[in-house]
Amino acid sequence: MTNDGQQFDRLPAAADDREVAGRATRAEVIEWWVDRFGLSAETFDGYTFWEKGAGKVWIFASDLPSPTDVEGLGMTFLRTRQEHWKPTTNAVQRFGREATRNVIELDADAARRFLAGEDLEPDWDGDWGYLIVAHEIADGVEPIGVGLYVHDELRSVVPKGRRASLPPRE
Amino acid sequence: MTPLERYESLVDDPDAFRAACERPLPSVVRVNTIKATVERVRAALDADGIAHDPTDWHPGVLRLPDESPGRNWPHAHGWIHGQEEVSNLPALVLDPQPGDQVWDTCAAPGSKTTQLAALMDDSGLLVGNDNNLGRLSALRHNAERLGVTNLVVTNQDARNFSLKPLGEGTDGGVDAFDRVLVDAPCSCEGTIRKNPDAFDTWSLDHVRSVAGVQKGILRRAVQATRPGGTVVYSTCTFAPEENEAVLDHVLDTEDCHLVEFDSPLDGVSGVTEWEGERFDPSVTKALRIYPHHNDTGGFFCAKVEVGG
Repeated sequence: MTNDGQQFDRLPAAADDREVAGRATRAEVIEWWVDRFGLSAETFDGYTFWEKGAGKVWIFASDLPSPTDVEGLGMTFLRTRQEHWKPTTNAVQRFGREATRNVIELDADAARRFLAGEDLEPDWDGDWGYLIVAHEIADGVEPIGVGLYVHDELRSVVPKGRRASLPPRE
Repeated sequence: MTPLERYESLVDDPDAFRAACERPLPSVVRVNTIKATVERVRAALDADGIAHDPTDWHPGVLRLPDESPGRNWPHAHGWIHGQEEVSNLPALVLDPQPGDQVWDTCAAPGSKTTQLAALMDDSGLLVGNDNNLGRLSALRHNAERLGVTNLVVTNQDARNFSLKPLGEGTDGGVDAFDRVLVDAPCSCEGTIRKNPDAFDTWSLDHVRSVAGVQKGILRRAVQATRPGGTVVYSTCTFAPEENEAVLDHVLDTEDCHLVEFDSPLDGVSGVTEWEGERFDPSVTKALRIYPHHNDTGGFFCAKVEVGG
């Protein structure tokens, strides 16, 4: 079988259940978040994972018979079928608060510039690749979105529709 | 005759009504409890020096007197959503519970849909439908920004809504809803404070044709709700043709009845008579909110119980 980009298919639980070549499994998706960001696997108990469009994985708080022909099912969550899997901004905002690694915390000015879509050169001696970019707000550290850290540069991959130029506040 | 003059005979205080309709509305945001608490939102707004006043009827609905709702960190994080004060009412009246199966028939751009999701603690199953494919992208954008994961987005004409794509009749599929919100397309007279050009396209023909659509959607909503379930019907318009007359039609044709509900916002009862037409006496259980009652936009809201 091949992937049908017009419908939602529930991800197979594990590799042995896979019927569509190249499709990520539920176990792999959860393992990726656990490995990359240190979330507990139980975070995703009760959620189902779906693919619509090649590699686009959605997270859904409920379940439906698969396949399902609808316009949206939960939230876009993760881009697979490429060498480096990429979490979505919205997934990082929703689930990234519990992350314990590969989180880079920016100061107020850098956070503003990151949200505006600027690339930055922050101090970071951790992994390269996709990071959760966060800042401190209201007595907590809150994820803003996803940054791609390569060659000493943090590229903002906040999608255009989520970028904003906030006025500096004192 | 302007649309507002048309309703002066219905209104308790026509002078206050006219005066309120001429005042602009303040920016209002709803705290998105999927991602934040009221306390954190207020702390973040305070830290940035953004003035905010809680409304006197709901701690999670804040007025921002000096600010547009979109240019601040709480918005960037999806902690708040710009939503007119009175439009917070129908989801509260529907009162969906965590784990429910809920249908929002006319969902885009998603203010009330995302409020329903928050009331459900982002659990259970929420169907956000809209017949306008272009507006669905706004619904999806808002739902994702606000962190909603229990939403199924569909693109159907709500009048003929099919449960087949939701797996009706199969194991694990949806056969009926616990609660349905019909926030119907309408002539939008009540939004005049927000949209000063709302009357430019107003016509009695439009009122009559949109009333036909409203009847079709509300009928289908009642049919798709399980016995004992609840449907809330709301519009942002004053025209009895689009409000009480729609209820009257559906009370006649479907197995349902109107029930009383507590409203945190002031209003007056639905009207039983308009331009020579009489409506089912139970339409007095519906609520008309005029702009001068709570200093908001105008609104209409009714709670329908399905079966018996």
